[in-house]
Amino acid sequence: MANKTKIEVTVNGVSRAAEVEPRLLLVHYLRDVLALTGTHIGCETSLCGACTVMVDGAAVKSCTLLAVQADGCEVRTIESLATDEGLHPIQEAFWECHGLQCGFCTPGMIIATQQLLQENPSPSEDEIRHGLEGNICRCTGYKHIVDAVQQAAEQMKAGT
Amino acid sequence: MPVSKLVGTKVKRREDPRLVQGLSHYVDDLRMADVMHVALLRSPHAHARINGINTDAAVALPGVVSVTTGADIGDSVGSVPCAAANPTLRTPPYPVLAQEVVRHVGEPVAAVVAEDSYTARDALDLIEVDYEPLPAVSDLEKALEAGSPLVHSQWDSNQAFTFECGTGDMDKARAEADVIVKQKFIHQRLAPIPVETRGVVARYFPGEDELTVWSSTQIPHLLRAMLALVLGFPEHRIRIIAPEVGGGFGCKLNVYREEALLAHLAMKLKGTVKWIEGRRENLQATIHGRGQVGTVEAAVKKDGTILGVTYDSLLDTGAYHQLLTPGMPPLTGLMISGSYKIPTLKFTSTGGFTNKIATDAYRGAGRPEATLVIERTMDLIARELDMDPVEIRRKNFAQPDDFPLSVATGLAYDSGNYQAALDKALEMVGYEDLRAEQERLRREGRYMGIGFSTYVEICAMGPSAALPAGGWESGTVRLDFTGKTTVLTGVSPHGQGEETTFAQIVSDELGVPIEDVAVLHGDTAVVPNGIGTFGSRGISVGGTAVYMATQKVREKAEAIAANVLECSTDDLEFEDGKFSVKGVPDKGITIQEVALQAHVATKLPAGMEPGLQATSVFEPSNFTFPFGTHICVVEVDTQSGEVNILRYIAVDDCGKVINPMIVDGQVQGGIAQGLGQALLEEVVYDEDGQLVTGSLMDYAVARAEDLPTLEFARTETPSPVNPMGVKGVGEAGTIGSTPSIVNAVVDALAPFGVTHIDMPLKPEKIWRLCQGGAK
Repeated sequence: MANKTKIEVTVNGVSRAAEVEPRLLLVHYLRDVLALTGTHIGCETSLCGACTVMVDGAAVKSCTLLAVQADGCEVRTIESLATDEGLHPIQEAFWECHGLQCGFCTPGMIIATQQLLQENPSPSEDEIRHGLEGNICRCTGYKHIVDAVQQAAEQMKAGT
Repeated sequence: MPVSKLVGTKVKRREDPRLVQGLSHYVDDLRMADVMHVALLRSPHAHARINGINTDAAVALPGVVSVTTGADIGDSVGSVPCAAANPTLRTPPYPVLAQEVVRHVGEPVAAVVAEDSYTARDALDLIEVDYEPLPAVSDLEKALEAGSPLVHSQWDSNQAFTFECGTGDMDKARAEADVIVKQKFIHQRLAPIPVETRGVVARYFPGEDELTVWSSTQIPHLLRAMLALVLGFPEHRIRIIAPEVGGGFGCKLNVYREEALLAHLAMKLKGTVKWIEGRRENLQATIHGRGQVGTVEAAVKKDGTILGVTYDSLLDTGAYHQLLTPGMPPLTGLMISGSYKIPTLKFTSTGGFTNKIATDAYRGAGRPEATLVIERTMDLIARELDMDPVEIRRKNFAQPDDFPLSVATGLAYDSGNYQAALDKALEMVGYEDLRAEQERLRREGRYMGIGFSTYVEICAMGPSAALPAGGWESGTVRLDFTGKTTVLTGVSPHGQGEETTFAQIVSDELGVPIEDVAVLHGDTAVVPNGIGTFGSRGISVGGTAVYMATQKVREKAEAIAANVLECSTDDLEFEDGKFSVKGVPDKGITIQEVALQAHVATKLPAGMEPGLQATSVFEPSNFTFPFGTHICVVEVDTQSGEVNILRYIAVDDCGKVINPMIVDGQVQGGIAQGLGQALLEEVVYDEDGQLVTGSLMDYAVARAEDLPTLEFARTETPSPVNPMGVKGVGEAGTIGSTPSIVNAVVDALAPFGVTHIDMPLKPEKIWRLCQGGAK
């Protein structure tokens, strides 16, 4: 697999250029090339959502997108949420509400939440459960995740 | 006495900042120099002879370092271990790579090592295996019939073991009974599905003769001992590190062929090798849970008094024994009495080899089977006698003054108040109104059901005498020069939050700020010894060891303080981290100052060793027995067969609670898995042993929409087994929930003459049962 393709992707606000195999998955590009290991791999078939990242503002499962498909795109991963001022309100809410246990699904769950709240700043419980159906958590039973999303929604509305 | 400040309160988890930022390191996140990548070629056949493997093309692929087959390994690596003891046990050889015969889909036949993971996978396609398919057996009951294809040809049947327990005269119970109730149960195979699959990195330094294995495991210390035996490599040269572990649920309470294989490859190649399990591999080659079939028989008086219960069962062991495979049925048998006083109990189990991956411990591990059987049986008896399911339970409950309760299975339950938990749950659900509502809805042609589970479970594993490899746990507490406190624990948390709960205990007992307490775990070079995290033992065994170590530290600190303050220890009081002379509150010394003195070591009592640390190893005298009542209210759509959970009430009693937020999380997560078994999950193999549920598209894990809003409460009955009175909560939700959901659906369908449905309660199954119409 010697033929490589040049791509330029803006990742977490920084423009990154690389030559990659056309078959390289975006999640492997992020994890193995850029060392952004906060994005996890849970199923390789876009069913569990652990690998969810933002591509041009939309939540995408990076295990079924090729890195070359992200050429020219803006990608944001879990590593971009916290700032020098502290955690993102969604991260704070997951912490406060015990919305995670083993933490493996959490980065994907938080990115999926970010998209959910972008589209619907005041979701009902049913809307939250529906909005997160693409992300599997095997630890929490989801109740505390729902609590966290509701708290994050409140915080983000108060902050805007 | 110090003021209790943190124990019993919600303390936000200290693990979370790294986890919510994606900054933690699971095995796949470890980045090491010169790491080589391993991919495994796995059998597509359930049973086949390997007539030959041609690896030439794979070896020739640029970037491939080596290709290894079972023949290459020969007997240089031992058998994958089974620790369960049973005199009837047949233990087949379990090679790290298949030798001559493959016995389940997913059994590895060759290992490619390559410079990168994509090349390793490419090379798999270039390996040619000449398989000669053999007759396979997938169905457990057929496997145990005469004439079945044999999974292991050295034996004349597929029988893997037998086991029985219980006491009493069942013939007498039958003779005295007014009613005999019988029912067959199928406890389907389940896949544990931690969202992080397994993964192993192994590194060998030939100069130091040091083998380091990073594995996503629940039992680093046991893994170290077992790998030493399997590899024939000295235990003290092996270091096991469980980094951040993304869930386990029992499936990482094991020693897998990949762990031994990677260690072997690292030593052979004198380097670092890495293997990360794919999800498809995970469904094929990581243990499954449950896989039990059995028939219950209950002998009952017409007033509801249960005279005796037998449960005769079979266990689908799969093709080989994993670490604890034969250890699952005893956990079912010991708990078959549930929360009831039943004078005669008899349990039998026969294990049967099948051409499938092994079954082993999955959240609950043998106890969900017991709970389902006894809780369903209570409903079957109630139906037979036309009693309310609540009344049959009240009638047979052990009473609070019965504890410690001797049970006919041989156990002594530590403490309990089953009636209190039931009463609380009944009040929450509004039981009488609900029954009236059910009647009203039935007249409208709507089918609501109310299901109970008044469960008890066995936790805090456990006394060493009852476990194959030690049931104790270690805890070390150390204050350094500056008073910062380090805790070492032999449990290996992977989501349970013990970096927080153990710190709560230490902070309260020693009066040090929780920020000054670090809890270290999961590294055999850091934690001197340990057993691990499983069987709801973290707090009750591991936490108790830490608690005991704090008491030793405090005692030593008090002696140092008395020496520094030139008084007797009897003159001292300890509060908020400060030793003060009674009646002279401004004459005192903080525990941090004591820690400094302990290290400067110039004002120590004569003969005292410097330093301020202590290790305790806690050996529990008994298990603990958490309990509770779960009530599920469902409405079944008889047109579509769908089950809609209207309400779910859980009243759990796990003894004293250290952190209520974490306990809630454990219960909720446990219920999600119990609900998964009741309604959604099922590993399916076809009759030839092909795995049908090979991805998360086919294996249905509960998603957020599948879970109802849960209503919670607790009762608190301390355990007398340990000084903090804790019981454990990791498995309660899974053990307690499943029967309440099944009972609710069966109750809803009573007008259709339905008395039992096997799990999972899929819409199609329910729809078919409704086709006869309501009677």
